[in-house]
Formats: sequence, structure tokens, C-alpha cells
Amino acid sequence: MTAAVNPLRSAILALLLGTAAIVVPARAETIEVTIDRLAYAPVEIEAKVGDEIEWINKDALVHTATVKGGADVLLPAKKSARLLLQEPGSFDYICRYHPNMKGHITVRP
Amino acid sequence: MTIRLTTAAAAIALLLGGNWALAGDKPTDPQIAHIAYTAGVIDVEAAKQAIATSKNKTVVEFAESMVRDHESVNKQALDLVKKLNVTPEDNDTSKALSQAAETKRSELAKLTGADFDKAYVENEVAYHKQVNGALETLLIPSAQNAELKSLLETGLKLFQGHQQHAEHVATELK
Ligand SMILES: [Cu+2]
Repeated sequence: MTAAVNPLRSAILALLLGTAAIVVPARAETIEVTIDRLAYAPVEIEAKVGDEIEWINKDALVHTATVKGGADVLLPAKKSARLLLQEPGSFDYICRYHPNMKGHITVRP
Repeated sequence: MTIRLTTAAAAIALLLGGNWALAGDKPTDPQIAHIAYTAGVIDVEAAKQAIATSKNKTVVEFAESMVRDHESVNKQALDLVKKLNVTPEDNDTSKALSQAAETKRSELAKLTGADFDKAYVENEVAYHKQVNGALETLLIPSAQNAELKSLLETGLKLFQGHQQHAEHVATELK
């Protein structure tokens, strides 16, 4: 549960405190993933620690980006949300509400 | 139980496919809008019955997803018909769907616990299968308006996901 909330909360905190530029390495990027008609595009993401993913939900449906036992990002209809990548690894993720929506993130150190 | 469910599913297939095929003409956009909307309302009502009756977390969560998604699609449908200035038109297929749903609802009302869960989820599989079949073979090909067609296509994709989700829950209940 803690693991599920932390990355998102850190991302929000970083944004609120305006510290993103300091905490995040200079080359950090924002990677956009669009959700349209119940599919993440692109499906595969390559990123590095410190990058952020922004999911842009174009559907009129609520979705999530959920890593089993990890991050859980709620994506309300027609809204977007971000996640700061804090640890390296290879993560499969799905939408909790539409489990046939699948994506994958590779985070390099 | 299985036989009865199969019969109900076959009846809906017949209603959705057969009626129009026999009549020799395709449903109009106002009729298609009414059928699609009715199908959504039926699934929301079934879900609400499940939320009120079931004690199974997986089943309740599935039902909550059905309410969330079908209400959202139906809202989009209402917005669209308003924008297009068409009035959804009641028709025999919509009536037959509602009637079959009412029968199913009172059938499910007699069940509790695991029996209810199993029957509800199995019916969700069968119901989505039938609605998806009707969307694919009749409603989408018949739709004239591009926006209506596009909404039905999104609906089909979503409801195919619902069908898989229901199938998955069904295997978990076994
Ligand atoms: Cu989703």
C-alpha cells in the first residue's frame, strides 16, 4: 500500500514545492502516453530514473495505470496525471478497471 | 441453470438479429441509439442488483465497473443524440431486451450467496457476448451517422473488455 502511494505522492510533492528542477537530474524528461479507446500508446516505454510519465486520458472513461504491488495512478475521464519514476526496473502495468489494457515501462538507473 | 441461460442468450440473439433480418430492413439511427442506450441501462440495473446482493469482493468490484462504464457511455450517447437532434426511437428490439432483462432480474432475485454470484456473472458473459454480436453484425454496419458509428465502435471495444473481464471473474468463482 505504501509502495503504491509513494511515487505519486513524491511527484505531487515535488511539483508543489517547486523542487522538481533541483531534485530531478538535468536530463529528466516527461514521457507522454496517450489513452484512446482503451489502449495505451505507446505500449512500451523506455525511461530513466527521474523521468516522469504523463498519461493523457482522451477517453470519457475512468482508467488507471497500475503496477501490481506498486504505483497506482488514477486517470479520470478526459484528464491527465503524472508519475515520477524513482526506481529502476521493468514494470508491467494495467488498468484496474479494464484489465485488458496493458503497458510496460523499463526504467534504467 | 446452464440450459436456461443458454436459452435466454439465444432468445436475445434471435431478437437482435432475427427481427431485422426477417423484416428485411436495417434499424435506423434513432432506433440504434435507443437499442444501445437500453442495453446499457439493463447492464447498469443488473450491476446495481449485484452490488446490493453480493458479498463477494471480486463480483462487487466487477459490478461497480459495469455501472461506471455503462453510465459513462450512456451519458455520451445522450449528449450525442442531443447534439444531432435525433430522438431515440423505441422499437421491438429494445422492448424485447427490457423484457428479457426483467425476467432475468426476478430469476436472480431468488438466489443468494455463491449461487447468485455465479448466475449473475455467467449472465454478464452471455449478455455482453450477445450485445457485442449485435453491435458487430447489425448495429455498427447499419449506423449512418459517423459519430454514432464511432461511439458504437468504442462501446464495442469496451464491452469486449467487459466480456473478458466477466469470463475471468467466472473462472475465479469456480
Ligand atoms: Cu480502463
